[in-house]
Amino acid sequence: MVKKLAVLIFATIALQAQAETLTVISFGGTNKDAQDKAFYKPFTAAGLGTIDAGEYNGEMARIRAMVETKQVGWDVVELETPELLRGCEEGLFETLDWNKLGKKSDFIPGSVSECGAGIFVWSTVLTYDADKLKTAPTSWADFWDVKKFPGKRALRKSAKYTLEIALMADGVKREDVYKVLATPAGVDRAFKKLDELKPNIQWWESGAQPLQWLVSGDVVMASAYNGRVGTAQAEGHNFKIVWDGGLYDLDNWAIVKGSQHKALAEKFIAFANQPENQKVYAENIPYGPTNIKAGSLLEPARLKQLPTAPDNLAKSVQVDANFWLEHGEELEQRFNSWAAK
Amino acid sequence: MSQNPVLDTPAQSAPNAHEPTLRQRLNRSEFAKTRRSLLLIAPLLVFVVVCFLFPIGSILSQSINNPELPEALPQTSKALQAWSGDALPDEHLYALLAKELIAARDQGQIASAAKRLSYEDASYRRLILAVPRQAPADGVDVKNILIAKQPLWGDITTWRTLQRAAKPLTSLYLLSAFDRKVDAKTGAIVSQPADQALYVNVLLRTLWMATVVTLLCVGIGYPLAYWLAKQPSGRANLLMILVLLPFWTSLIVRTASWIVLLQSGGLINRALMGIGLIDHPLTLVFNRLGVYISMTHILLPFIVLPLYAVMKGISPSYMRAAISLGAHPFLAFWRVYVPQTFAGITAGALLVFMMAIGYYVTPALLGGPDDQMVSYFVAFFTNSTMNWGMAAALGSQLLIIVMLLYIVYVRVTRTPAEAAAR
Repeated sequence: MVKKLAVLIFATIALQAQAETLTVISFGGTNKDAQDKAFYKPFTAAGLGTIDAGEYNGEMARIRAMVETKQVGWDVVELETPELLRGCEEGLFETLDWNKLGKKSDFIPGSVSECGAGIFVWSTVLTYDADKLKTAPTSWADFWDVKKFPGKRALRKSAKYTLEIALMADGVKREDVYKVLATPAGVDRAFKKLDELKPNIQWWESGAQPLQWLVSGDVVMASAYNGRVGTAQAEGHNFKIVWDGGLYDLDNWAIVKGSQHKALAEKFIAFANQPENQKVYAENIPYGPTNIKAGSLLEPARLKQLPTAPDNLAKSVQVDANFWLEHGEELEQRFNSWAAK
Repeated sequence: MSQNPVLDTPAQSAPNAHEPTLRQRLNRSEFAKTRRSLLLIAPLLVFVVVCFLFPIGSILSQSINNPELPEALPQTSKALQAWSGDALPDEHLYALLAKELIAARDQGQIASAAKRLSYEDASYRRLILAVPRQAPADGVDVKNILIAKQPLWGDITTWRTLQRAAKPLTSLYLLSAFDRKVDAKTGAIVSQPADQALYVNVLLRTLWMATVVTLLCVGIGYPLAYWLAKQPSGRANLLMILVLLPFWTSLIVRTASWIVLLQSGGLINRALMGIGLIDHPLTLVFNRLGVYISMTHILLPFIVLPLYAVMKGISPSYMRAAISLGAHPFLAFWRVYVPQTFAGITAGALLVFMMAIGYYVTPALLGGPDDQMVSYFVAFFTNSTMNWGMAAALGSQLLIIVMLLYIVYVRVTRTPAEAAAR
């Protein structure tokens, strides 16, 4: 009996040693489904290693605790840019060796950084159910117009994106948003604009919520990640996107400092960076690929639905990660106390 | 002692003086018994210390712990404590600061120091991060160069703040938890500006919401438990399962199903509109009402169970006796039955209240931003901004309240027992 058990244990250990498992953590939901099809399954199929895919909501506490206690269970994580920069500064992530990850010039600006490799470009856009609204809203100013469009609106519960949207609704030009927001008067202006809409806002925290609320009729319009809108459209909902004033940013891969499978993690990121795989990802969820070559592999009709399509990009604002790195904590604190009153 | 002839008579102790007296032997065996029982509970004691007191203690200590600056800038921190604070420091301290900041940047420690300083004032973050770039490479005349590049370095307030932030312990987090802060210029404790103040409000709201939920639970739970206790035991068991079934279901599932029931296009609104009671859907969820409804439902079993147990033990003959002596049934119920259930009400209500003040998931999912309770902000600081000092301070705040409540509970429940003993 004991012998059998010992054999079993050794066999298990041997098996594990053979196929190294990489733990990849991303922002669940339809995003993770698309990643599974584009990156995880092909990676395993290519015999490079198995993937243990997990999900989280972007909370950095777990990563910091892992690094501090040297009990690193996650290898590769998906991050928004401000968190990536902050974590990189605080030493939570490994420095990337771009020689192993691909040619830097193949990627769009912002997706190559010290600790991170861009996965895709997403955009926070205004969306609404065209079956329920007779006249179409065309801008964030319409979002504020409760007379023309009565009902609740959904916004993400954070200062990030919300303050930019408020300023654009107040008539600040796209290219001036961060210039205005960097001044105390600009911040006051944004909060004053938010005051106007406050009773009509329903706040969301996870990306799936605004679309569920649109379906259930709880809200008439919402800010939402364009990829989630695309998924809902594919399910047959008549949701429309207003690209004007969309806020786009990147999601990035980073390797947690002290990861035990660093070499495999690099292999995985290099694999996910390849245009063929990014193309599969963009076909499954309408987020823009970071590898420029992936764009040419995609069908033109699909390309139009992506935030990286030239027409869409021209109407959008890039989220200023450095601004949020610098002012994030202070503004989120103020936002919290504003929202809680 | 000497009044007891059996234990202490000289006749007994005289024959062999070296033999211990009966009392001594008694004491010794008592002691052995105590030691044995201590040994028996030792594993429990160790468990409580290791798995409960130690982690809680270390979390609580985070609320006053202040290691960032002393770790990143050890010598500067030491020198700052010796600085009088009357005039700007001399060249030596400027040079030391610049040297240590450059070293901290190279070791990746500068970010945590900058983050800690940004809690005092957001502009200090940039100030600190810029020093390694701006300080002269040769380390000569650092003071004038830094002041020329960043006028804040010529402000004595900056240095006083730095001095305060470099101490090994800080009151920053605990003060913030009560919307107070140390004024950088005068060093006095002042209120936060109105647009930053938050936590006193949140604390009062938490206590208020928990009170409302507790009252609702008592109001609904009492008749329910009374009715259950009156049923024949077969049916009571069956009904009890109905009370317990939601209790066994996951909290998240129950909360999510309340969203489905209460939302605008949800079951309840559609039913009300279907029978023509309302024209427009009521807003039942993502506001205070939704939180009250679901929290009351979720916490109800915690009051029904103790009440049911107490009510089962009350003999119906008391009520019958009161009525046969001429009391109106309601008066008999009020004067005879209800006082006997006080222990159950207190225990249940306290349990519900204590669980309610720590609630996180339900208000987060079913409430708006102005329905969030203290635990939401503990989670916010732990997970989102990683300001663990603030999370610990808010946690301490909750713990202190629970302990105060416990003391009140012990006082309230002990008095009748003491009275009875007398």
